[in-house]
This record gives sequence, C-alpha cells and structure tokens, in this order.
Amino acid sequence: MSYIAHTDADRAAMLARCGVSSMEELFRDIPDHLRPASFALPAGKSEMEVFSYFEELAERNYVHLTNFVGGGFYDHFIPAAIDALASRSEFYTAYTPYQPELSQGTLQAIYEYQTAICRLTDLDVSNASVYDGGTALYEACQMAINATGRRRVVIDGGVSPIYRKMLYSYTANLSIEFVEVAVSHGQTNRAGLYECIDDQTAAVILQNPNFFGVIDDHSDITERCHQHGIIAVQSVYPIAMALLKTPGEQGFDIATGEGQSLGISLSFGGPYLGFMAARRELIRKMPGRMVARTADSRGNEGFVLSLQAREQHIRREKATSNICTNQALCALRAHLYLSVIGKEGLRKVAQLCLHKAAYARERINAIPGVSVMSSSPTFNEFTVRLPIDAGECVGRMVDNGIAAGFPLGRYYPGMENYLLVAVTEKRTKYEIGLLADTLERVLWQ
Amino acid sequence: MDTLNDGDVMADGRLFTKTHEWVLRSGTTATVGISAHAQDSLGDITFVELPKAGVMVSKGKECGVIESVKAASDLFAPVGGKVIEVNADLETAPESINSDPYGAGWLFRIDTLADADFDGLMDETAYAAFLESEA
Repeated sequence: MSYIAHTDADRAAMLARCGVSSMEELFRDIPDHLRPASFALPAGKSEMEVFSYFEELAERNYVHLTNFVGGGFYDHFIPAAIDALASRSEFYTAYTPYQPELSQGTLQAIYEYQTAICRLTDLDVSNASVYDGGTALYEACQMAINATGRRRVVIDGGVSPIYRKMLYSYTANLSIEFVEVAVSHGQTNRAGLYECIDDQTAAVILQNPNFFGVIDDHSDITERCHQHGIIAVQSVYPIAMALLKTPGEQGFDIATGEGQSLGISLSFGGPYLGFMAARRELIRKMPGRMVARTADSRGNEGFVLSLQAREQHIRREKATSNICTNQALCALRAHLYLSVIGKEGLRKVAQLCLHKAAYARERINAIPGVSVMSSSPTFNEFTVRLPIDAGECVGRMVDNGIAAGFPLGRYYPGMENYLLVAVTEKRTKYEIGLLADTLERVLWQ
Repeated sequence: MDTLNDGDVMADGRLFTKTHEWVLRSGTTATVGISAHAQDSLGDITFVELPKAGVMVSKGKECGVIESVKAASDLFAPVGGKVIEVNADLETAPESINSDPYGAGWLFRIDTLADADFDGLMDETAYAAFLESEA
C-alpha cells in the first residue's frame, strides 16, 4: 500500500503551476551523475544486519593516519571537558528554540559565543553562527552588496578555492560580477588588486592565512578599499588570531571563518561552524540570529533574540538572508573550547602550531628535489613543490600510515606537483621526522 | 524647515498615498513622511532605512524600510525625484516618527519634481475617507 498523499491530479496541478510539464523537467537542474541509478531498494534487513553492513563500510575509511592535511580544516586537540559539557541533555536536545526566550541557558551560551567571536576578531558584532566558513563568506559578500548597492566583488586568488566554488554556486542566478585576482608568488597581488577596484566595487575578499598558508598584513588594502567606499572582508583561521593581526586591527569591516578548529571534531564534511563578525554600522545587514542581553521588568538580566526584523519570519523575501537558524551545538563547542583553553592557552596552541610547522618546513625543504614554495611567512601550513605528482605522492604516503597533505592540483591547474602541508600542536617531533623521512623514501626509493 | 513647523495642524496641504506616505510640496522641493495612521498601525518605530542623498527615487517604487517592534514595512516614494536631504536625526531618534509624524518625524526631501506625479494623490479629506473605507 502506498502512503503517498498526492494524487496524479494533484501532481499535474502543481507541475502546471510551476510551469513545467513533467517531474523530470522539474528536476532538470540535478546533473545526471548525481541521480540514483535506480530507486529499487533492497528488502528490509534486521538491525544486526544493518549494523554490520555500515560497520563494514566505516572500516574502509582510513581514520588512523598521522594527519598533516589542512586546507581549512585542522586536526587540533579537543579537551575532554568539551564533549562532557556539550553533551549535557539541556544543550544536546535543544534545536533552534521556537519560543527562544524560554531557553535562557541556550541564549546565554550563544550570547557568550558571540562575545568570544567579537574578541577573537576585534570587531563589534557577531551573529549566532551560520553553517560553515564558506557560507559565512557568501553571507558577508551579500552584506557588502546590500550595504553598498553595488554588484561587483573582487576576490583574492588566495581565498580557499572551496569557498570560491561555494560563492559562485550560491550566486549563480544573481547578477553579481566576480573578479578574481591571481596571487603572485603565493601572496596577494596588490597592484593587480588595485587595478580591479573602483567606485562600483561592493567588496574585496581576502583570506589570512591564505590557502597556500601565507600570512599577510592587509591594512594597506583595507585603507584603499575605504577610499572607494568598498566593504573589506577577511576570511580567517581562528587559531591564528591569537598571534596574527586581527581583522579589526587591519581595518576590515567583516570577518568570517571556519570554526571547526575551535573544539569541533574533523568529520567528512561537517557539521562545522561558520562564524561572522562585523563593524557595528553593518549590524542590520547581518544574516541569521543574534542574541542580545537585556533586563526584564524586574531588572533581572535576561537574553533575547534581537533585531529580528532582519529575518525571514518577519521580513519575508526581503530578509537579509534565508538563514533562520544557527549551528547551535557547534557554536556551543567553540565557546566551550575558547573558555576551557583560555586566552593564554589559545596563544600557546598557536605558538606550538607555528613552531612545529617551522620545523616541518625546514625538514621537508632539506629533502633532495623538494622545495618549500615562496619565502613568504607562513603560520601552520605551507606549500611544497615535489618532483612528482602530489596526488601520487599522497597515495604512497597513505600506504605508510601518513596523510601527508592536500594536493593542490585538484583546484589549481598547473600545480599538480604541489602539496599543502599543515602541522598542528598535536603532531610530535617524532611524527614530523617520520613525515620527512617517509617522504624522502617514497620519492627516491 | 519652517514648512514642517505646523505642529498639530494635521496635513496642512499635504497629499497622501494609499500606502500611507505623505508629501508636502514647497516650491521646487517636496518633503516626505508617513501618516499618523501609519505610525499608529506600526507601533513603536525602532529603525528607518532611508534612501541616500543624491539618489533618484520613482513614484510608487520602494525606497526604504521602516522597522517597528511589530513589523518591517517598505516605504514607497509618493512622487519621483532626486533625494536632496535625509532626516539624520531619525538615526538616533526614530521615535519622532511616532510622536510627530508631520513634523520632526519627516523622512526625506526631494527635488526635480514632475507635476504629473502629484496626480492621483489624496488630500486630507480624501485620505480620511480612504482610511474609513479600509477600516
């Protein structure tokens, strides 16, 4: 017996209303390779059979490799207190509170998270978070377009190619002109960037450290942006904020980033955390939820969802964004992480990353035929030129129990021999030595 | 702005739209606001987003947003023209739209007016009758 409520007549009426003639036409935007070959599902299985089926699938993953892969997502240490606190049922069961002010504890946690993000970026206001770093960057781009009324966006080639792909896919049906400025020796090409900006430019988007791991001080660029009324956006790596000049210090109007490094486990694509912060003047262009602190009628402190007229349930199609939720549990973990390790702890994590990466850089650079790209300063990630295809090299390293890095050829044609190597505080001197020794062996034996 | 200092005298020479904006012409320029009825329906106004000085607005087209504790409403230009001045006091005191919609709560001024744009707008009596019919 079928439990599908719609009759053929219902379906025909709905298709006609959409202006398409068939179900096939309705789904024409889904590429063929993403469609299931068949909808014929196997017969029902017992719980035990299902469990062992998925266990077998899970075992095919290589989860015990020594990890030097970064590219925006990093293998940082997560103190046990975070799992213990975040899994408390008071937090764990609540999704977006539908009568939000009833869930004061959830709102207080989000408020404290927002405060932490503002302090990390040196900007005035933060929202309750969005899905991931790429979504945050897209939302920042929309904020700039709405705030300036302009439709041209200039992007540095050092911005994550994954984020750029997301930006183009989100905006495919909007008339926004994107201009990419290729990096020069792994660094922001300032002359090229200045040639592309004018009084019709809404935003300039940069990343620090950039995708090649290079760090920069963009203060001169933000100054130039402001002369043209352009909104300057920087995507940042939150751990690096403990040591580097923050977006606020560099004069950026909006900062975004991937919050996975703040106490969220690496997993196959998420759930992760997009954080956003901006100058006060842009608060009404901010997407998503924002929690504010206030006082009730008796003068007691309380927390509320604020400035909701920006949001979809009030502003409908004119909302700042179609985001009407947040990554509450991931944001909670980020807040717990920052609280547990503290200001000094974060600085120490960042210093360990920096020093261990410097050691790895030196060891790898000493391997015959291998060279570290560009002499620009880096934080915990750097680009290496190999004598062979980087994908091939990564395969050989995996056979030796090491995930050596991210092959750049996947996103940068012509860079097939380049490997992006990341080092976090979790990697020991022994493991770094093993990386260098094994790399030399798989290349030359 | 002596044309605005007419205190409680409702709608002295003002013309109204069906979307509840008012416009008061003075020579080659005109001042725009929202009606006492509009501010009353919206409730406490918390924020206004107005067109920037220098931009052109066209009759009947959206040109801003008024937010209250209850809702966010679009603002439509009652007549077309170039925005020459925006009431900057509303940034810090949007509540003057509630307390004095025909005075301190004015929104913006425009020039480069087209006479034809004023056709079809309602005077005070017609607007009162319109509100009556909508009620």
